[in-house]
Amino acid sequence: MKKTMTAIALAMAVATPAMADLVVPNLSYRTGPYAPNGIPYADGFNDYFTLLNERDGGIGGELVRVPECETAYNTEKGVECYESTKGDGALVFNPLSTGITYQLIPKVTADGITLYTPGYGRTSAANGKIFEWVFNYPANYWDGASVAVKHLLDENGGDLSGKKIALVYHNSAYGKEPIRTLQELSAKHGFELVEIPVDHPGQEQKSQWLQIRRDKPDYVLMWGWGVMNAVAIQEAVNIRYPMDHFIGVWWSGSENDVIPAGEGANGYKAIGFHGTGADYPVYGDLKQYVYDAGKAAGDGSNPGNVLYSRGMYAAMIISEAIRKGQEIAGHSAVNAAEVREGFENLNLTQERLTELGLPGFAQPIEATCADHGGPGSAMIFQWDAAASTWNQASDWITADSEVLDPLIAEDSAAFAAENNIAERCN
Amino acid sequence: MFYREAGDFKTSYADDSQTFPIRFDRLRYYAVMAVAFGVIPFFINDYWANAVFVPFLIYAIAALGLNILTGYCGQVSLGTGGFMAVGAYAVYKLMTAFPDVSILIHVLLAGGITAMVGVLFGLPSLRIKGFYLAVATLAAQFFLVWLFNKVPWFYNYSASGQISAPERTILGQAVTGANTTAPAKYLFCLIILVALAWLARNLTRGTVGRKWMAIRDMDIAAEIIGVNPLTTKLSAFAISSFYIGVAGALFFAVYLGAAEVGEAFGIQKSFLILFMIIIGGLGSIFGSFAGAAFMVLMPVLLKNLLVGQLGWATDLAAHLELMIVGALIVIFLIAEPHGMAQLWRLAKEKLRLWPFPH
Repeated sequence: MKKTMTAIALAMAVATPAMADLVVPNLSYRTGPYAPNGIPYADGFNDYFTLLNERDGGIGGELVRVPECETAYNTEKGVECYESTKGDGALVFNPLSTGITYQLIPKVTADGITLYTPGYGRTSAANGKIFEWVFNYPANYWDGASVAVKHLLDENGGDLSGKKIALVYHNSAYGKEPIRTLQELSAKHGFELVEIPVDHPGQEQKSQWLQIRRDKPDYVLMWGWGVMNAVAIQEAVNIRYPMDHFIGVWWSGSENDVIPAGEGANGYKAIGFHGTGADYPVYGDLKQYVYDAGKAAGDGSNPGNVLYSRGMYAAMIISEAIRKGQEIAGHSAVNAAEVREGFENLNLTQERLTELGLPGFAQPIEATCADHGGPGSAMIFQWDAAASTWNQASDWITADSEVLDPLIAEDSAAFAAENNIAERCN
Repeated sequence: MFYREAGDFKTSYADDSQTFPIRFDRLRYYAVMAVAFGVIPFFINDYWANAVFVPFLIYAIAALGLNILTGYCGQVSLGTGGFMAVGAYAVYKLMTAFPDVSILIHVLLAGGITAMVGVLFGLPSLRIKGFYLAVATLAAQFFLVWLFNKVPWFYNYSASGQISAPERTILGQAVTGANTTAPAKYLFCLIILVALAWLARNLTRGTVGRKWMAIRDMDIAAEIIGVNPLTTKLSAFAISSFYIGVAGALFFAVYLGAAEVGEAFGIQKSFLILFMIIIGGLGSIFGSFAGAAFMVLMPVLLKNLLVGQLGWATDLAAHLELMIVGALIVIFLIAEPHGMAQLWRLAKEKLRLWPFPH
């Protein structure tokens, strides 16, 4: 049997040769129950790097190579993908999965590769004093929870006491992340929190929505992903839950989630940390260099939608961090450690966003050694089913750092104690 | 010619009852051991350890465990994922509660805890059989996953319900945590696997194993000739769960490093390990290895071939991989319903007669 394994060994040994490009692996998922959300993100991520390669000849003259690896949102495949792309000289990982992120945090710390998890992953990684190699700006789950509650405060004249808020969440590390914050916030603002878990993959939610129909919460928040989102929105329509009282986190607010429910989904709200739609000037270049040149990733149906924009956002931040790293290092062929420096010293201004063809797309970010979490602000979008667009329903709302900062300090201190990590940046 | 009993004289009972009675087999076994211990550790890198060898070794332990219960004792179980979760959470609680005790002891203790849980869920097997028992163990699967999700004590009240393995060392070498070297990881799993496989082989050909097989073949007849169904079935559940618990502990602590119960130990894990033993061969030690190798290596091989070599799109390759692995399973089971172990047995029969089959 070992003989057959050596035969397999020979077959696999002929791996792709290492090239001198900048390698940014895309650990994507285009199959399984999370594919509807994984595909647009991966397409946006790939297309932005294709644009940089085609239009500017890469970053600082170095071409960017984006090897794609299918994880199916599965941690075992995630490990395989990490190990197989790591050897290629990967500079930064963006696995788009909180489960895989938890697994990779110790690994990237040992291997010295940056892990960039915008809007997902381990929230307390915002504390750069403990998490040297992990960055999760511009916003994290706890920011999201706080922004949602602040929005509800605004709607209720600053008072939520006596209200009942239900949290429908994916029963995994991802879905459980906001609970601690919401508990703190419920103590602070006097609302009652009802936790309603939905097990993977979330195709069956009759009992959860029956509970909501019975309990009649004033508001429902959702931390869902994949097929769970569309099912939840459909069930909410079925029980005639008022859609404008139903708020999803940024992972529960894409076109794929609301379109299946048709007209009924009109008025559904979602949090977002970047703009959406194809009206930004960068799409002109994308059309010229990528779409019309036949180099678009996937089937080309996603440009401009929410998750495509988010994939592009991640790619844009990574490319800007690489650029910053090149600037600091003084040469263009940067290694993983130099890219980390770029992430830590990233200063993304509105002027720079305008230069990139994305004016007003996102909040400015100024990272520091201690702050890997960014501004932590987001806005509320509302779905208009007739026009099939997400309309901005609030201005930028900044998270309640009074509640979040002690929580982040506590959770990161627990991680530091478990792993014997000394604080940096002192 | 080379592969025959003739000329290989046995002069003692010990010789006569050895595991590999044919010299060629024996030599081959020593050669495999020599390669596994003496060659691979020097050449293994992170990719080979984490994507190929460590999962293979760990799944082989789990498959051995399930094979003892299902293959040898005839009790169908769909609770494997749940029992692996027991092993994983037990080792996590032990590692964090007693950081100074050796990880090896923790892994074995985790197996012991799983054995106790296994016995508990094995009790219904005294009354129910076949499909009905499968449903009872399925309940164990769902109950255990729910329990580890629901009770925060099991995951030390972490915000996300994730468990993460801290670094633990043996003889100064890290075997869990992110700083573990590939050879350390591989050797730790290999040593446990070899010890457990050796134990399984010897259990199954002794009194205990014969009792299991008697119960499997016909429980009423076995009871009449004096086999106690209570102790036999429960011992099968205990020992099987011990193996599966050890596998779960290694799966979490050494292989994944962080896990959440629904994703890592869900129902699909139970099915995966059941497929391994069905494809490998029920009631066969070699079958457990062959099945684990098939189910672990085939997807990795196909992925490397389709994406790495042929440069296909990852989603197309992933879909095709499912179809190819599925088709291979069907073809295998049509060609040889008794699994790869039976193919191996037939090949050996043919080899004995070669080159003069008549």
